[in-house]
Amino acid sequence: MAGQSVSRSQPSRRKRVLASMARVNIDGKDYELEAGQNLLHACLSERLDLPYFCWHPAMGSVGSCRLCAIVEYADEGDQRGRLQMACTLAARPNMRISIQAPFAADFRKQVIEWLMENHPHDCPVCEEGGECHLQDMTVMTGHSMRRYAGAKRTWRNQYLGPFVGHEMNRCITCYRCVRFYRDYAGGEDLEAYGSRARMFFGRQDDGVLESEFAGNLVEVCPTGVFTDKPFSKVYTRKWDLQSAPSVCPHCAVGCNTFPAERYGVLKRVTNRYHGEVNGYFLCDRGRFGSHFVNHEKRVRHAGVRGADGVFEANGAEAALANVAARCAGALVGIGSPRASLEANFALKQLVGEENYCPGVADDEHETLRAALEIYRKGGFRVPSVTDVERADAVLILGEDITATAARVALAVRQAVRGVAFDMAREAGIPEWQDAGVRGHGQAAQSPLFVATATPTRIDELATATRRGAANDLAGAGFGIAHAIEPSFASGTQDDFTAAAAKALAAAERPLVITGCEARSPALLRAAANVVWALRKQNKKAALVIAASEANSYGVALLGGGLNLAAALLRMREGEPALVLENDLFRRVPAGDIDLAHAVVLDSLETPTAEGAAVVLPAATYAEQTGTFVNYETRAQRFYQVFEPAGEVAPSWRWLAEIGKRRERAADWPNIDALTAACANGTEGLRRLTTLAPEAGFRARANTRIPRQPQRYSGRTAMLANVSVHEPKAPVDAETPLAYSMEGENAGDQPGAVVPYVWSPGWNSNQSVFKFQQEVGGPLAGGDPGVRLLDDESGSPASYGEPPATEQRNGTFLAARVHDVFGSDELAGYSAPILERAPAPYCILNPDDARELGVADGGGVRIEELDASVQVRVDADVPAGLVAVAQGLPGGPLLTSHRVRLAADADFTPRSGGDPNVIAKG
Amino acid sequence: MAEPALIQVLSDEELREIEEECSHLPDRKSAAIDAMMIVQRHRGWVSDESLAAIARLLGMSLESLDSIATFYNLIYRKPVGRHVVMVCDSVSCYVMGADGLRKKVEEHLGIELGETTPDDRFTLLPIVCLGACDRAPTMMIGDELIGDVRSDQLAEIFGRFE
Ligand code: SF4
Ligand code: SF4
Ligand code: FES
Ligand code: FES
Repeated sequence: MAGQSVSRSQPSRRKRVLASMARVNIDGKDYELEAGQNLLHACLSERLDLPYFCWHPAMGSVGSCRLCAIVEYADEGDQRGRLQMACTLAARPNMRISIQAPFAADFRKQVIEWLMENHPHDCPVCEEGGECHLQDMTVMTGHSMRRYAGAKRTWRNQYLGPFVGHEMNRCITCYRCVRFYRDYAGGEDLEAYGSRARMFFGRQDDGVLESEFAGNLVEVCPTGVFTDKPFSKVYTRKWDLQSAPSVCPHCAVGCNTFPAERYGVLKRVTNRYHGEVNGYFLCDRGRFGSHFVNHEKRVRHAGVRGADGVFEANGAEAALANVAARCAGALVGIGSPRASLEANFALKQLVGEENYCPGVADDEHETLRAALEIYRKGGFRVPSVTDVERADAVLILGEDITATAARVALAVRQAVRGVAFDMAREAGIPEWQDAGVRGHGQAAQSPLFVATATPTRIDELATATRRGAANDLAGAGFGIAHAIEPSFASGTQDDFTAAAAKALAAAERPLVITGCEARSPALLRAAANVVWALRKQNKKAALVIAASEANSYGVALLGGGLNLAAALLRMREGEPALVLENDLFRRVPAGDIDLAHAVVLDSLETPTAEGAAVVLPAATYAEQTGTFVNYETRAQRFYQVFEPAGEVAPSWRWLAEIGKRRERAADWPNIDALTAACANGTEGLRRLTTLAPEAGFRARANTRIPRQPQRYSGRTAMLANVSVHEPKAPVDAETPLAYSMEGENAGDQPGAVVPYVWSPGWNSNQSVFKFQQEVGGPLAGGDPGVRLLDDESGSPASYGEPPATEQRNGTFLAARVHDVFGSDELAGYSAPILERAPAPYCILNPDDARELGVADGGGVRIEELDASVQVRVDADVPAGLVAVAQGLPGGPLLTSHRVRLAADADFTPRSGGDPNVIAKG
Repeated sequence: MAEPALIQVLSDEELREIEEECSHLPDRKSAAIDAMMIVQRHRGWVSDESLAAIARLLGMSLESLDSIATFYNLIYRKPVGRHVVMVCDSVSCYVMGADGLRKKVEEHLGIELGETTPDDRFTLLPIVCLGACDRAPTMMIGDELIGDVRSDQLAEIFGRFE
């Protein structure tokens, strides 16, 4: 692949006002800075070392910590100057400032000294040590001796749930935590208490932090107050962690991550900055979901079911021979939206297009196909997450995005603030002046309309909400499109649709967000119609279609000639099948599944793997290199973080081995060759070849990209419990990354191959600015990934007709509910996520509950599914509708749009997550 | 008013006064400080239960209300004695011997800063500048501001408060 052709993104589209430049003299040297930008931001964009605490690149300035002091001079003759806070001063032409002047440097040193008065001397036992912004700033300012010998204020720490630890004594009162949690992410249960030197940051009392973005506190806090709790249990210093650029496997947003490993254990996941996707933040499912990699139910050996029904592990060769004998003739291949694009392509090549099925239920497949059809009709650029932040009116149609695409929901929260920024601009308040913008804007919010089956977490920001089943919401979508553009097919008209149409049509950059969770192509068409109607009015309207798995769009793009029902029928008729990283019990009723002749490749002992004839141990995403395609159709490469132990291998390698033993031998010596074959062999995937630099990029010794930081320790001894001989380091011939601490990670390489951020003097994640073109802009070597469909041309006309509203006929209309913690399959095997996963439940209107004779917390039987679940009563769910949580461990799988319900008097509520329970269909 | 039981913590009189405050304000949350002062006037302090009830009543999170409560040192989140004694520790009083005065007060009452006498008569707290620097050192007992305090007057001063 062509390493040089990695596309550089255009300059940051984050900026609301186009920049003019200002020449500013800094310590005797002239710089061209962005006029109006605050000087801290501008200096960091020039890669100058200027200390700070309270300013945050995504949250702006409040000027509270006083660390970013500089000296500003009136003119050339001014020798004395005035002390100023760089983060609160806008860059103006002909300014003269100094970072190094003793006046400023001494002041900064004093700021650290007074912050340190109460800070404990506990770096050696603090999880932040070695990657602590407070340590870095202390060293940078030169405060190296404590003079304060008095008592320090101490606090009682709080229990904040399974994700985040709390050690309040380390707090330096920068306010970043509450500014993120409350102001940026909309959380209500974390606050600042007290005043002066006695400030406490936490909940009112012990309890689980409610926000699904709480984990970002770990990275936002510049010291060790908020820590990654699961990581603390298996703690390793940053300098001893091996990591690689990766992509979150838990939904289709495709946030970029750094999973980190030591001793073969995946220790933690942190944010990997992407200028257009996740920026500086992840959701908690992404941050804490990856402990499935360490699950005790990992498949570690190839197993063949013996005559006694028990799996025998006689080595990979024996298993492959068995598979070859079994799979000599016609063969069904079931792919997976959680497996890599390459593994799915390899499977498709192996079994042939007509025998390959993407591995999603047929209604989901149909919905994904409708999504691609809409994207292909074009007329708009699928918005990136940062584009979502810039929308000035938003309609959410039929998808609870906080659950299915959490990072996008966080972006919508920022979009809603757009009008406050407009007001600030008119009042002459700079966008980065966070306290000023918030104070001036008060409660002003840009329009947000939420139409979903059940209440969602962003309803609190909505101008109006509307509830209904998918067909009903689709009808409302058509109604909105028609109200905007009368030539479009008509639909439901009511107060909600009228208000939404008016607000969207009055906006410049209106955005519609829908998704595949409702499994309703009609809903997607309705959403597309709204966008196209707005385009007809010359609005820069655009559409996001969320999907629930990391590679849902990848498998949709690969196509395949077989649907799941047909594939399962052939399996029931006795045909052998290769099942790729897919737990079929999560997708279809158990009765449809016959695994007697199935070869299952998976990383976990799912119920599907447990029922197979042969199981081959597949690598997880952290143990292999591959590609996921996100909701934007952005293909992104994830790299192997560590070599899997024993027989575990990437699925595509198993498939290549099976291929060699069959007629259809395929020759893919490495992942690059496989990706190239996929690019050239699949309509519309050609751009994949520019995804990432090829293996030969920087082949010269000591210039390769190291997975380990320079201080990686214990190489000779870390495996001494296994063998006293120093093991040979694995050799990676497939990618530009090396299993070594030698090499160059200076940030000038393509953004796709930055394995961690670390820069001299900047040991913490704050060093990311040294890897960006400018603060908050694209990575220096370009933001990762290529968008496979990117066609803004065309102006599609009205598309489809509103579906008929479904009749209840004495039944309940059933809607799917997706839970942010628990509904994702892989995260459901992650212990901390399981602690947050609720017991299976459904949501009912109070009148329906009363009629059924069931109270909140009681049980109802869903007749069709032969299952009982706990009832949540909520007046905000329409009468006649039952919303059933999907994908929760032990929960029922909804297979029809209508169900019959009955109170279950014998129901005993189950507690939520149990790490030992594995989801059953 | 989701959980009536919680709001029942407050007396009818308190509820009436809080609602009266709310009626003058653009939104209920703006009545937070007044509501807490009303409850404190009736009960002497704001307990966790009162706090939760006020939060429900005003439609705000417990966290944001407690954040306000703890910012102001005249809102008491723990029970206080009948009279709150506040000794100024800001700069003018510091120069004029506030530290020494505080020690004398502590000796006299037999308690330290933040404590209440066993007979619930006095609670001792520090306070920032009382705006009477010309009469430093100063202290306040209940609503009464006392300037030019000399330690030999303490017995007489405290004797005035039962
Ligand atoms: S807890 Fe951390 S982020 Fe919050 S104020 Fe303290 S140091 Fe800052
Ligand atoms: S689950 Fe989705 S939103 Fe959350 S971090 Fe992963 S990709 Fe991002
Ligand atoms: S970073 Fe400027 S005052 Fe805190
Ligand atoms: S400093 Fe004590 S009254 Fe002003």
